[in-house]
Amino acid sequence: MEIKILGTGCANCKRLEKNSLEAVKELGLEATVTKVEDYGDIMQYGILRTPGFVLDEKVLTYGKILSIEEIKQLLTK
Amino acid sequence: MYTPFILPELKKTKKYLILLLLPVWVFLFFNLNYIADFLTFSVFNLQEGKHLTQAVWFFIFEVPKVMLLLVLIIFLVGIIRTWFSPEKTRKALEGKSLFTGNVLAASLGIVTPFCSCSAIPLFLGFVEAGIPLGVTFSFLIAAPLINEVALVLLIGMFGWKIAVIYVTTGLIIAIVSGFVLEKLKLQRFVAEWVYRIKASQQGIEELKPTYSDRIQAGFTAVKEIVGKIWIYILIGIAVGAGAHGYVPDDFLGTLLGKGNWYSIPLAIVLGVPMYSNAAGIIPVVSVLIEKGVSLGTALAFMMSVIGLSLPEVIILKKVLKWQLIAVFVGVVASGILIVGYIFNFLL
Repeated sequence: MEIKILGTGCANCKRLEKNSLEAVKELGLEATVTKVEDYGDIMQYGILRTPGFVLDEKVLTYGKILSIEEIKQLLTK
Repeated sequence: MYTPFILPELKKTKKYLILLLLPVWVFLFFNLNYIADFLTFSVFNLQEGKHLTQAVWFFIFEVPKVMLLLVLIIFLVGIIRTWFSPEKTRKALEGKSLFTGNVLAASLGIVTPFCSCSAIPLFLGFVEAGIPLGVTFSFLIAAPLINEVALVLLIGMFGWKIAVIYVTTGLIIAIVSGFVLEKLKLQRFVAEWVYRIKASQQGIEELKPTYSDRIQAGFTAVKEIVGKIWIYILIGIAVGAGAHGYVPDDFLGTLLGKGNWYSIPLAIVLGVPMYSNAAGIIPVVSVLIEKGVSLGTALAFMMSVIGLSLPEVIILKKVLKWQLIAVFVGVVASGILIVGYIFNFLL
Protein backbone atom coordinates (compact mmCIF):
# COMPACT_ATOMS: atom_id res chain seq x y z
CA MET A 1 0.00 0.00 0.00
CA GLU A 2 1.23 3.42 -0.85
CA ILE A 3 -0.21 6.48 0.85
CA LYS A 4 0.61 9.96 -0.36
CA ILE A 5 -0.24 13.17 1.43
CA LEU A 6 -0.54 16.07 -0.98
CA GLY A 7 0.26 19.40 0.54
CA THR A 8 2.98 21.83 1.43
CA GLY A 9 4.09 22.63 4.91
CA CYS A 10 0.80 23.89 6.31
CA ALA A 11 -0.44 22.74 9.68
CA ASN A 12 -3.39 20.82 8.22
CA CYS A 13 -1.15 18.76 5.97
CA LYS A 14 1.15 17.87 8.83
CA ARG A 15 -1.76 16.75 10.94
CA LEU A 16 -3.04 14.52 8.14
CA GLU A 17 0.41 13.01 7.71
CA LYS A 18 0.65 12.34 11.43
CA ASN A 19 -2.81 10.75 11.54
CA SER A 20 -1.96 8.56 8.54
CA LEU A 21 1.24 7.31 10.11
CA GLU A 22 -0.64 6.56 13.30
CA ALA A 23 -3.44 4.72 11.48
CA VAL A 24 -0.96 2.58 9.57
CA LYS A 25 0.85 1.76 12.78
CA GLU A 26 -2.33 0.86 14.66
CA LEU A 27 -3.48 -1.43 11.86
CA GLY A 28 -0.02 -2.94 11.54
CA LEU A 29 -0.06 -2.55 7.76
CA GLU A 30 2.82 -2.68 5.33
CA ALA A 31 2.34 0.78 3.92
CA THR A 32 4.50 3.73 3.04
CA VAL A 33 3.40 7.27 3.82
CA THR A 34 5.06 9.95 1.71
CA LYS A 35 4.43 13.64 1.49
CA VAL A 36 4.16 15.36 -1.90
CA GLU A 37 5.18 18.97 -1.52
CA ASP A 38 5.88 20.20 -5.03
CA TYR A 39 2.96 22.16 -6.45
CA GLY A 40 3.56 20.80 -9.93
CA ASP A 41 3.33 17.26 -8.60
CA ILE A 42 0.31 18.06 -6.45
CA MET A 43 -1.55 19.43 -9.44
CA GLN A 44 -1.02 16.14 -11.25
CA TYR A 45 -3.76 14.81 -9.03
CA GLY A 46 -6.17 17.52 -10.09
CA ILE A 47 -7.12 18.76 -6.63
CA LEU A 48 -7.98 22.34 -5.72
CA ARG A 49 -7.75 21.94 -1.98
CA THR A 50 -5.00 20.62 0.21
CA PRO A 51 -4.33 18.36 1.99
CA GLY A 52 -5.08 15.51 -0.37
CA PHE A 53 -5.11 11.88 0.66
CA VAL A 54 -3.96 9.47 -2.06
CA LEU A 55 -4.06 5.70 -1.77
CA ASP A 56 -2.25 3.74 -4.48
CA GLU A 57 -2.37 6.75 -6.84
CA LYS A 58 -6.09 7.32 -6.36
CA VAL A 59 -7.25 10.53 -4.71
CA LEU A 60 -9.65 9.58 -1.94
CA THR A 61 -10.22 12.88 -0.16
CA TYR A 62 -9.02 16.45 -0.37
CA GLY A 63 -9.33 19.61 1.69
CA LYS A 64 -10.06 17.56 4.75
CA ILE A 65 -8.09 16.44 7.77
CA LEU A 66 -9.08 12.83 8.23
CA SER A 67 -9.11 11.45 11.74
CA ILE A 68 -7.16 8.31 12.55
CA GLU A 69 -10.45 6.38 12.63
CA GLU A 70 -11.49 7.65 9.20
CA ILE A 71 -8.14 6.71 7.71
CA LYS A 72 -8.44 3.24 9.20
CA GLN A 73 -11.83 2.86 7.52
CA LEU A 74 -10.36 3.90 4.18
CA LEU A 75 -7.41 1.55 4.51
CA THR A 76 -9.39 -1.52 5.51
CA LYS A 77 -12.07 -1.18 2.84
CA MET B 1 -16.84 17.23 -1.35
CA TYR B 2 -15.92 13.69 -2.07
CA THR B 3 -16.56 11.63 1.02
CA PRO B 4 -16.12 7.91 0.42
CA PHE B 5 -16.65 7.13 4.07
CA ILE B 6 -19.76 7.78 6.04
CA LEU B 7 -19.61 10.74 8.35
CA PRO B 8 -20.56 9.84 11.89
CA GLU B 9 -24.34 10.12 11.91
CA LEU B 10 -26.01 12.37 14.41
CA LYS B 11 -28.05 10.36 16.82
CA LYS B 12 -31.77 11.00 16.71
CA THR B 13 -31.79 12.34 20.24
CA LYS B 14 -29.15 14.87 19.25
CA LYS B 15 -31.38 16.20 16.47
CA TYR B 16 -34.16 16.92 18.95
CA LEU B 17 -31.64 18.61 21.15
CA ILE B 18 -30.97 21.15 18.40
CA LEU B 19 -34.64 22.09 18.38
CA LEU B 20 -34.48 22.57 22.13
CA LEU B 21 -31.43 24.77 21.83
CA LEU B 22 -33.14 27.36 19.67
CA PRO B 23 -35.62 28.70 22.29
CA VAL B 24 -32.81 28.69 24.83
CA TRP B 25 -30.75 30.73 22.36
CA VAL B 26 -33.58 33.22 21.83
CA PHE B 27 -34.26 33.52 25.55
CA LEU B 28 -30.64 34.16 26.41
CA PHE B 29 -30.02 36.54 23.54
CA PHE B 30 -32.91 38.83 24.40
CA ASN B 31 -32.24 38.85 28.14
CA LEU B 32 -28.53 39.61 28.11
CA ASN B 33 -29.22 43.08 29.45
CA TYR B 34 -30.74 41.71 32.63
CA ILE B 35 -28.10 39.04 32.97
CA ALA B 36 -25.32 41.62 32.70
CA ASP B 37 -27.11 43.94 35.15
CA PHE B 38 -27.62 41.12 37.61
CA LEU B 39 -24.01 39.92 37.48
CA THR B 40 -22.48 43.39 37.60
CA PHE B 41 -24.57 44.97 40.31
CA SER B 42 -25.82 42.07 42.42
CA VAL B 43 -23.12 39.42 42.16
CA PHE B 44 -20.00 41.57 41.82
CA ASN B 45 -21.56 44.38 43.80
CA LEU B 46 -20.10 47.16 41.67
CA GLN B 47 -21.25 50.73 41.96
CA GLU B 48 -23.04 52.36 39.10
CA GLY B 49 -21.28 55.10 37.18
CA LYS B 50 -17.69 54.03 37.75
CA HIS B 51 -15.26 53.26 34.93
CA LEU B 52 -14.58 49.77 36.22
CA THR B 53 -18.30 49.05 36.41
CA GLN B 54 -18.79 50.22 32.85
CA ALA B 55 -15.93 48.05 31.67
CA VAL B 56 -17.14 44.96 33.51
CA TRP B 57 -20.73 45.39 32.33
CA PHE B 58 -19.59 45.82 28.73
CA PHE B 59 -17.53 42.63 28.93
CA ILE B 60 -20.28 40.55 30.53
CA PHE B 61 -22.80 41.81 28.01
CA GLU B 62 -20.70 41.57 24.84
CA VAL B 63 -19.04 38.18 25.28
CA PRO B 64 -22.21 36.05 25.40
CA LYS B 65 -23.90 38.24 22.78
CA VAL B 66 -21.10 37.80 20.27
CA MET B 67 -20.70 34.11 21.09
CA LEU B 68 -24.41 33.40 20.64
CA LEU B 69 -24.47 35.20 17.28
CA LEU B 70 -21.28 33.45 16.19
CA VAL B 71 -22.51 29.97 16.98
CA LEU B 72 -25.82 30.48 15.20
CA ILE B 73 -24.47 32.14 12.07
CA ILE B 74 -21.42 29.90 11.69
CA PHE B 75 -23.70 26.90 12.05
CA LEU B 76 -25.98 28.21 9.28
CA VAL B 77 -23.06 29.24 7.05
CA GLY B 78 -21.52 25.80 7.61
CA ILE B 79 -24.71 24.21 6.30
CA ILE B 80 -25.08 26.61 3.36
CA ARG B 81 -21.49 25.94 2.32
CA THR B 82 -22.18 22.26 1.77
CA TRP B 83 -23.90 23.32 -1.44
CA PHE B 84 -20.71 24.98 -2.67
CA SER B 85 -17.13 23.87 -3.31
CA PRO B 86 -14.09 25.27 -5.10
CA GLU B 87 -14.57 22.58 -7.73
CA LYS B 88 -18.13 23.70 -8.50
CA THR B 89 -17.03 27.33 -8.44
CA ARG B 90 -14.34 26.60 -11.00
CA LYS B 91 -16.85 24.89 -13.23
CA ALA B 92 -19.24 27.83 -12.91
CA LEU B 93 -16.52 30.31 -13.85
CA GLU B 94 -15.19 28.47 -16.88
CA GLY B 95 -15.87 30.31 -20.11
CA LYS B 96 -17.58 33.29 -18.48
CA SER B 97 -17.00 36.67 -20.06
CA LEU B 98 -14.89 39.16 -18.18
CA PHE B 99 -17.31 41.32 -16.23
CA THR B 100 -19.87 38.59 -15.57
CA GLY B 101 -17.01 36.38 -14.48
CA ASN B 102 -15.79 38.97 -11.98
CA VAL B 103 -19.24 39.44 -10.45
CA LEU B 104 -19.80 35.69 -10.21
CA ALA B 105 -16.32 35.03 -8.84
CA ALA B 106 -16.66 37.68 -6.13
CA SER B 107 -20.11 36.43 -5.11
CA LEU B 108 -19.00 32.80 -5.02
CA GLY B 109 -15.97 33.94 -3.05
CA ILE B 110 -18.28 34.69 -0.13
CA VAL B 111 -19.92 31.27 0.09
CA THR B 112 -17.29 28.89 -1.22
CA PRO B 113 -15.51 27.10 1.60
CA PHE B 114 -11.90 28.10 1.19
CA CYS B 115 -8.84 28.09 3.40
CA SER B 116 -5.94 30.39 2.64
CA CYS B 117 -3.54 27.44 2.76
CA SER B 118 -5.28 26.13 -0.38
CA ALA B 119 -4.80 29.44 -2.20
CA ILE B 120 -2.00 28.13 -4.42
CA PRO B 121 -3.62 24.88 -5.65
CA LEU B 122 -6.79 26.85 -6.21
CA PHE B 123 -4.96 29.53 -8.18
CA LEU B 124 -3.18 26.90 -10.28
CA GLY B 125 -6.41 25.01 -10.84
CA PHE B 126 -8.20 28.13 -12.01
CA VAL B 127 -5.38 29.14 -14.37
CA GLU B 128 -5.29 25.61 -15.74
CA ALA B 129 -9.02 25.75 -16.48
CA GLY B 130 -8.45 28.92 -18.52
CA ILE B 131 -10.24 31.23 -16.12
CA PRO B 132 -8.91 34.77 -16.67
CA LEU B 133 -6.44 36.08 -14.12
CA GLY B 134 -8.71 38.99 -13.19
CA VAL B 135 -11.65 36.70 -12.48
CA THR B 136 -9.44 34.50 -10.31
CA PHE B 137 -8.37 37.62 -8.43
CA SER B 138 -11.96 38.66 -7.82
CA PHE B 139 -12.42 35.33 -6.10
CA LEU B 140 -9.18 35.54 -4.14
CA ILE B 141 -9.99 39.05 -2.93
CA ALA B 142 -13.61 38.39 -1.96
CA ALA B 143 -12.96 35.12 -0.16
CA PRO B 144 -10.97 36.52 2.77
CA LEU B 145 -12.34 40.06 2.64
CA ILE B 146 -15.97 39.11 3.12
CA ASN B 147 -15.78 36.89 6.11
CA GLU B 148 -18.65 35.36 8.03
CA VAL B 149 -17.07 36.06 11.40
CA ALA B 150 -16.65 39.74 10.52
CA LEU B 151 -20.24 39.77 9.34
CA VAL B 152 -21.51 38.35 12.63
CA LEU B 153 -19.54 40.81 14.68
CA LEU B 154 -20.70 43.76 12.62
CA ILE B 155 -24.32 42.70 12.99
CA GLY B 156 -23.82 42.26 16.71
CA MET B 157 -22.06 45.54 17.34
CA PHE B 158 -23.39 47.95 14.73
CA GLY B 159 -26.57 46.41 13.39
CA TRP B 160 -27.72 45.16 10.01
CA LYS B 161 -27.15 48.32 8.03
CA ILE B 162 -23.40 48.43 8.55
CA ALA B 163 -23.18 44.69 7.92
CA VAL B 164 -24.94 45.07 4.55
CA ILE B 165 -22.69 48.00 3.68
CA TYR B 166 -19.67 45.86 4.51
CA VAL B 167 -20.74 43.02 2.22
CA THR B 168 -21.73 45.34 -0.62
CA THR B 169 -18.57 47.40 -0.58
CA GLY B 170 -16.46 44.26 -0.18
CA LEU B 171 -18.09 42.81 -3.29
CA ILE B 172 -17.55 46.00 -5.25
CA ILE B 173 -13.87 46.13 -4.28
CA ALA B 174 -13.40 42.48 -5.32
CA ILE B 175 -15.23 42.91 -8.64
CA VAL B 176 -13.60 46.16 -9.67
CA SER B 177 -10.09 45.18 -8.50
CA GLY B 178 -10.29 41.92 -10.47
CA PHE B 179 -11.57 43.75 -13.52
CA VAL B 180 -8.82 46.37 -13.34
CA LEU B 181 -6.12 43.73 -12.81
CA GLU B 182 -7.30 41.90 -15.95
CA LYS B 183 -7.34 45.08 -18.00
CA LEU B 184 -3.77 45.86 -16.96
CA LYS B 185 -2.67 42.68 -18.80
CA LEU B 186 -0.32 41.42 -16.14
CA GLN B 187 -0.13 37.79 -17.25
CA ARG B 188 3.62 38.08 -17.79
CA PHE B 189 4.09 38.68 -14.08
CA VAL B 190 2.78 35.29 -13.15
CA ALA B 191 5.66 32.90 -12.40
CA GLU B 192 6.53 31.02 -15.62
CA TRP B 193 6.23 27.56 -14.12
CA VAL B 194 2.55 28.16 -13.45
CA TYR B 195 1.76 27.95 -17.17
CA ARG B 196 3.84 24.82 -17.62
CA ILE B 197 1.83 22.82 -15.14
CA LYS B 198 -0.46 20.30 -16.67
CA ALA B 199 -3.01 19.36 -14.13
CA SER B 200 -4.69 16.09 -14.73
CA GLN B 201 -8.43 16.03 -14.66
CA GLN B 202 -8.45 12.84 -12.73
CA GLY B 203 -12.19 13.00 -12.69
CA ILE B 204 -12.64 13.24 -8.97
CA GLU B 205 -16.26 12.53 -8.36
CA GLU B 206 -18.27 14.43 -5.84
CA LEU B 207 -20.77 12.63 -3.72
CA LYS B 208 -23.91 14.45 -2.85
CA PRO B 209 -24.04 14.99 0.91
CA THR B 210 -27.18 13.88 2.70
CA TYR B 211 -29.11 16.25 4.94
CA SER B 212 -27.55 14.60 7.91
CA ASP B 213 -24.10 15.34 6.43
CA ARG B 214 -25.04 18.98 5.94
CA ILE B 215 -26.16 19.43 9.54
CA GLN B 216 -23.03 17.65 10.66
CA ALA B 217 -21.03 20.16 8.56
CA GLY B 218 -22.71 22.96 10.51
CA PHE B 219 -21.56 21.46 13.79
CA THR B 220 -18.06 20.87 12.47
CA ALA B 221 -17.84 24.49 11.33
CA VAL B 222 -18.89 25.75 14.75
CA LYS B 223 -16.44 23.46 16.49
CA GLU B 224 -13.54 24.40 14.21
CA ILE B 225 -14.10 28.13 13.84
CA VAL B 226 -15.32 28.99 17.32
CA GLY B 227 -12.68 26.70 18.77
CA LYS B 228 -10.03 28.65 16.93
CA ILE B 229 -11.19 32.21 17.47
CA TRP B 230 -12.91 32.37 20.85
CA ILE B 231 -9.73 33.48 22.57
CA TYR B 232 -9.25 36.37 20.11
CA ILE B 233 -12.79 37.45 20.71
CA LEU B 234 -12.29 37.42 24.46
CA ILE B 235 -9.10 39.44 24.11
CA GLY B 236 -10.70 41.81 21.63
CA ILE B 237 -13.70 42.43 23.84
CA ALA B 238 -11.47 42.80 26.90
CA VAL B 239 -9.45 45.46 25.07
CA GLY B 240 -12.73 47.01 24.05
CA ALA B 241 -14.03 46.90 27.61
CA GLY B 242 -10.84 48.48 28.92
CA ALA B 243 -10.97 51.26 26.39
CA HIS B 244 -14.69 51.61 26.99
CA GLY B 245 -14.18 52.63 30.57
CA TYR B 246 -10.90 54.43 30.36
CA VAL B 247 -9.98 56.01 27.02
CA PRO B 248 -11.46 59.49 27.01
CA ASP B 249 -14.05 60.16 24.33
CA ASP B 250 -12.78 62.13 21.37
CA PHE B 251 -9.19 61.19 22.12
CA LEU B 252 -8.94 59.11 18.96
CA GLY B 253 -11.48 61.29 17.26
CA THR B 254 -9.06 64.14 16.95
CA LEU B 255 -6.37 61.78 15.64
CA LEU B 256 -8.43 59.66 13.24
CA GLY B 257 -11.61 61.66 12.87
CA LYS B 258 -13.35 62.83 9.74
CA GLY B 259 -11.47 66.09 9.58
CA ASN B 260 -8.11 64.51 8.90
CA TRP B 261 -7.59 63.61 5.25
CA TYR B 262 -4.72 61.30 6.13
CA SER B 263 -6.72 59.22 8.59
CA ILE B 264 -7.83 56.63 5.98
CA PRO B 265 -4.46 55.98 4.32
CA LEU B 266 -2.96 55.82 7.80
CA ALA B 267 -5.57 53.28 8.88
CA ILE B 268 -4.88 51.13 5.80
CA VAL B 269 -1.11 51.21 6.24
CA LEU B 270 -1.49 50.28 9.88
CA GLY B 271 -3.80 47.45 8.90
CA VAL B 272 -1.59 45.57 6.41
CA PRO B 273 1.00 44.11 8.79
CA MET B 274 -1.72 43.33 11.30
CA TYR B 275 -3.08 39.91 10.60
CA SER B 276 -5.44 39.66 13.41
CA ASN B 277 -8.31 37.54 12.50
CA ALA B 278 -11.51 39.37 11.82
CA ALA B 279 -12.64 38.10 15.19
CA GLY B 280 -10.09 39.99 17.21
CA ILE B 281 -10.18 43.23 15.30
CA ILE B 282 -13.87 44.05 15.29
CA PRO B 283 -14.41 44.61 19.01
CA VAL B 284 -11.47 47.00 18.77
CA VAL B 285 -13.03 48.69 15.75
CA SER B 286 -16.24 49.10 17.67
CA VAL B 287 -14.40 50.97 20.39
CA LEU B 288 -12.59 53.11 17.80
CA ILE B 289 -15.94 54.23 16.45
CA GLU B 290 -17.36 54.87 19.86
CA LYS B 291 -14.37 57.02 20.69
CA GLY B 292 -14.85 59.26 17.71
CA VAL B 293 -13.06 57.55 14.81
CA SER B 294 -15.25 57.97 11.76
CA LEU B 295 -17.02 54.96 10.29
CA GLY B 296 -15.21 55.11 6.95
CA THR B 297 -11.83 55.13 8.61
CA ALA B 298 -12.75 52.29 10.95
CA LEU B 299 -14.13 50.16 8.08
CA ALA B 300 -11.03 50.86 5.97
CA PHE B 301 -8.88 49.74 8.87
CA MET B 302 -10.88 46.55 9.30
CA MET B 303 -10.85 45.68 5.60
CA SER B 304 -7.14 46.33 5.42
CA VAL B 305 -6.49 44.03 8.36
CA ILE B 306 -8.54 41.14 6.99
CA GLY B 307 -8.27 41.67 3.23
CA LEU B 308 -4.64 42.62 2.84
CA SER B 309 -2.35 40.57 4.94
CA LEU B 310 1.35 39.89 4.83
CA PRO B 311 1.01 36.10 5.25
CA GLU B 312 -1.31 36.00 2.23
CA VAL B 313 1.14 38.03 0.18
CA ILE B 314 3.92 35.64 1.15
CA ILE B 315 1.83 32.67 -0.01
CA LEU B 316 1.04 34.39 -3.31
CA LYS B 317 4.72 35.17 -3.82
CA LYS B 318 5.16 31.54 -4.87
CA VAL B 319 3.07 32.00 -8.00
CA LEU B 320 3.25 35.73 -8.68
CA LYS B 321 6.20 37.99 -9.36
CA TRP B 322 6.61 40.93 -7.05
CA GLN B 323 5.40 43.42 -9.67
CA LEU B 324 2.03 41.71 -9.81
CA ILE B 325 1.80 41.44 -6.04
CA ALA B 326 2.55 45.15 -5.77
CA VAL B 327 -0.19 45.96 -8.26
CA PHE B 328 -2.57 43.59 -6.48
CA VAL B 329 -1.96 45.22 -3.09
CA GLY B 330 -2.12 48.67 -4.68
CA VAL B 331 -5.43 48.06 -6.43
CA VAL B 332 -7.11 46.53 -3.40
CA ALA B 333 -5.76 49.26 -1.11
CA SER B 334 -7.10 51.93 -3.50
CA GLY B 335 -10.47 50.22 -3.44
CA ILE B 336 -10.55 50.29 0.35
CA LEU B 337 -9.35 53.89 0.30
CA ILE B 338 -12.17 54.98 -1.99
CA VAL B 339 -14.77 53.14 0.07
CA GLY B 340 -13.43 54.78 3.22
CA TYR B 341 -13.62 58.28 1.74
CA ILE B 342 -17.10 57.69 0.37
CA PHE B 343 -18.33 56.69 3.83
CA ASN B 344 -16.70 59.59 5.57
CA PHE B 345 -18.21 61.87 2.97
CA LEU B 346 -21.71 60.42 3.11
CA LEU B 347 -22.14 59.83 6.82
